[in-house]
Amino acid sequence: MELTLWTYEGPPHVGAMRIAASMKGVHYVLHAPQGDTYADLLFTMIERRGERPPVTYTTFQARDLGGDTAELVKSHISEAVDRFKPDALLVGESCTAELIQDQPGSLAHGMGLNLPIVSLELPAYSKKENWGASETFYQLVRTLLKDTLKEDNEHDPTAWKTEERHPRVNLLGPSLLGFRCRDDVLEIQKLLNEHNIDVNASAPLGASPADLLNLPKADINVCLYPEIAESTCTWLERNLGMPFSKKIPIGVNATQEFLEEIHDLLGMAPPNQNLLVQKSRLTWYSKSVDSNYLTGKRVFIFGDGTHSIAAAKIAKEELGFKVVGIGTYSREMARAVRATAKEFGLEALISNDYLEVEAAITNAAPELVLGTQMERHSAKRLGIPCAVISTPMHVQDVPARYSPQMGWEGANVIFDDWVHPLMMGLEEHLIGMFRHDFEFVDGHQSHLGHQGAKQHQFDEPEENCFENLPKTDSSEIIPIWTPEGKAELAKIPFFVRGKVRRNTEKYALQTGCKSIDSETLFDAKAHFGA
Amino acid sequence: MGGSTLLKESGPREVFCGLTSIVWLHRRMPDAFFLVVGSRTCAHLIQSAAGVMIFAEPRFGTAILEEKDLAGLADAHEELDRVVKDLLRRRPEIRTLFLVGSCPSEVIKLDLGRVAERLNELLRGKVQVLNYSGSGIETTFTQGEDGALKALVPLMPITKSDQLLLVGTLANAVEDRLISLFNRLGIERVVSLPPRQSTELPAVGPGTKVLLAQPYLTDTARALKDKGAQILQAPFPLGIEGSRLWMEAAAKAFNINATLVSSTLDPLILRAHKAIEPFRTQLEGKRIFLLPESQIEIPLARFLHRECGMELIEVGVPYLNREMMQPELDLLPKGTRIMEGQHVENQLDRVREKQPDLVVCGMGLANPLEAEGISTKWSIELVFSPIHGIDQASDLAELFSRPLHRKALLNQNQLANA
Ligand code: SF4
Ligand code: SF4
Repeated sequence: MELTLWTYEGPPHVGAMRIAASMKGVHYVLHAPQGDTYADLLFTMIERRGERPPVTYTTFQARDLGGDTAELVKSHISEAVDRFKPDALLVGESCTAELIQDQPGSLAHGMGLNLPIVSLELPAYSKKENWGASETFYQLVRTLLKDTLKEDNEHDPTAWKTEERHPRVNLLGPSLLGFRCRDDVLEIQKLLNEHNIDVNASAPLGASPADLLNLPKADINVCLYPEIAESTCTWLERNLGMPFSKKIPIGVNATQEFLEEIHDLLGMAPPNQNLLVQKSRLTWYSKSVDSNYLTGKRVFIFGDGTHSIAAAKIAKEELGFKVVGIGTYSREMARAVRATAKEFGLEALISNDYLEVEAAITNAAPELVLGTQMERHSAKRLGIPCAVISTPMHVQDVPARYSPQMGWEGANVIFDDWVHPLMMGLEEHLIGMFRHDFEFVDGHQSHLGHQGAKQHQFDEPEENCFENLPKTDSSEIIPIWTPEGKAELAKIPFFVRGKVRRNTEKYALQTGCKSIDSETLFDAKAHFGA
Repeated sequence: MGGSTLLKESGPREVFCGLTSIVWLHRRMPDAFFLVVGSRTCAHLIQSAAGVMIFAEPRFGTAILEEKDLAGLADAHEELDRVVKDLLRRRPEIRTLFLVGSCPSEVIKLDLGRVAERLNELLRGKVQVLNYSGSGIETTFTQGEDGALKALVPLMPITKSDQLLLVGTLANAVEDRLISLFNRLGIERVVSLPPRQSTELPAVGPGTKVLLAQPYLTDTARALKDKGAQILQAPFPLGIEGSRLWMEAAAKAFNINATLVSSTLDPLILRAHKAIEPFRTQLEGKRIFLLPESQIEIPLARFLHRECGMELIEVGVPYLNREMMQPELDLLPKGTRIMEGQHVENQLDRVREKQPDLVVCGMGLANPLEAEGISTKWSIELVFSPIHGIDQASDLAELFSRPLHRKALLNQNQLANA
């Protein structure tokens, strides 16, 4: 039993719903009690969908349990098939139905329905949403393609050459409730088209079962979101011999590497490096003089595996930040995130407990947090700027405008999204100069105000720096701040004040100071170079 | 009997389960903690329905059952003890702990009553541990509050003195207002369940007259009756008329002089009629379809018809308690279609066929209907908003006129741009 106050991922059947709702012509009959219908609102509210997810819930009640729940399942299945006339049917159960073991999948198979049926077994008491999505996509692809498998799975990814056509790829993994998938697909399609590579199919988002049947027509698969598509890509490679790409094109460098990998897998000549780097503004913006102030900004990263790893690389290599913490809630991606953390000389935080993540943020004292909606809230409490880089998300993470994370435009979006919560370089300099002037109000950030309700990070900057700091171990005696020390601390801009305070206290403890005055503060600043 | 047409249907439903009530109960009693014993689905439901992630230390959580709890490898009772002790160590300010049953805990027959009993012995009064079920196989949406309140009844001290007990969560400001009005009528002692602090439970006994502020408290009402309280029959305090009849029922039970009642309420009623008028003009003759969810659909329909002039196409309710709803049913126009239960697909077919001007529905259905050009109002909003009492009647009407107003506004402007 695990005490959970809030969960990053939903149960695995919500993952299955994401696949069903992403596709066309797929219906999902879910053996589940009425309360589980809440999951519809994830799609209609967060994704702002104008369609209900294609899900029929059996909504069995306690009084049904004594009787024949199997009959109930069957009647819902036949009604759903009659009404929605799907091209493929998913049948599964949620946590409660798993306990009563009606086996809806076998029931469906026994009904003599004339359509592909995928029986989903998604263990609700050990697995979570992304796993459920991945498993569902894999089972669906497998069910549809398994009869078409040939003995020899000879597949030539360079066949396009002899067939005298453009090379073709499948984009696998984009789904509803995934982070910016809608725009990523467009961006990657555009990117590949520039290199004369066609997209054969993109799935599950927007695909029909017929499109899945056509997957083998592509030369290679592009695994855009490993959380959702890696198991499918691996199966297609093993059984059809289709290789798949592993680089995730988030960031300028990664997009470049991605293109190189795709060209290589397809047997194409490598793309012209020099042309590539000019494609995104991130590179120049990051080099421009205003960005000097980004140097060494301390950044804490937490999210799903794919986006966290990508963020860490961009932060360090492309923006010159210093990554001071990285982690993921995804157990499936734990190994990959640990490996990345190691490259950065850090230990990865693998946790599903947002309070543990908040504590880690507090300890790392970052100047910028890149996280999920939950880290946005934590960062707000701590008075630290934050940008959202990963699911779980909120309605505001499905923006009306085009804002991919992948490809060249994705890199532009990332530059803006990460840098805007911070201060402009010149501005930071000016605030440093003028902060003693009476006109200067601590926390004034008119350009942040423009972003309206989205960015509240600076709502309560003043006092919170004192209150929200981690409780030090009770065995430690915290040195006392003299009024004069406090006054000096108050002159430090609020966004670094927390860090300075911590460092000063640490320094005072180390040197055995019992009280902190302005001298201690300056000594500490000199000591830590802050 | 007004002669409503009472119908029933069954099939796939689109209704929250009773766990959802935690969303407002935890705000009402800030010294209580609601611990759901359930699955990741239960945890996800509450956080999605609440739409929030802003609590540093929320006052609700889920003890998520894991494979080993189900396989009997770990004694679920001991595991729960451990989780509760951890929680209480972390949150010493908690005075009342509700263990909330879910579908999984009920299917595996986890006896939360026994767990609560044992924990109470262990904690010896430092924290009161209670249990109730919010499971989707037993309860819908607002019924969770019924369960929670019923669990509090045995702890209520006994009193013989005369008092008025208001039952059901109200917005604090609305509650203060209602209490001051009752005081003006000469009803001195007015208490509420749930209280604002879980430890400040009101007393109950033979002198207690109960007014239900919410229409979904069947079990709580029965438990209070068993304690000697008298349940007053009245419509519910939504709209001017409902609120007046509701207050009058109390006045009558306390033998308050009718002139005092009218001299107190009449000015408020006059003012409320004036305030409601602009919304009434917008709503009059408009056709409304209420899908079942919150259980306040019947009182709402009565208000929207009688005070706002709306035409009722269908009034859905998750379940119908005839006895409790009788005063409401009596006020509905003849032939009103009351649909108990749900077949969501068939019901949506009827919505499409009738093309109502406004549909009251859950959050899962709102945008899909809007996309079909049908205006909607979330039923969950009605559970959160201060809508009770004479003074709130115009606010209540405004909630319904807003989507219509907006639609007209956008259509107009879009036409102008076209
Ligand atoms: S319906 Fe049952 S399983 Fe689903 S969230 Fe409600 S209590 Fe939990
Ligand atoms: S207006 Fe905005 S961008 Fe310009 S100096 Fe002020 S805060 Fe900076």
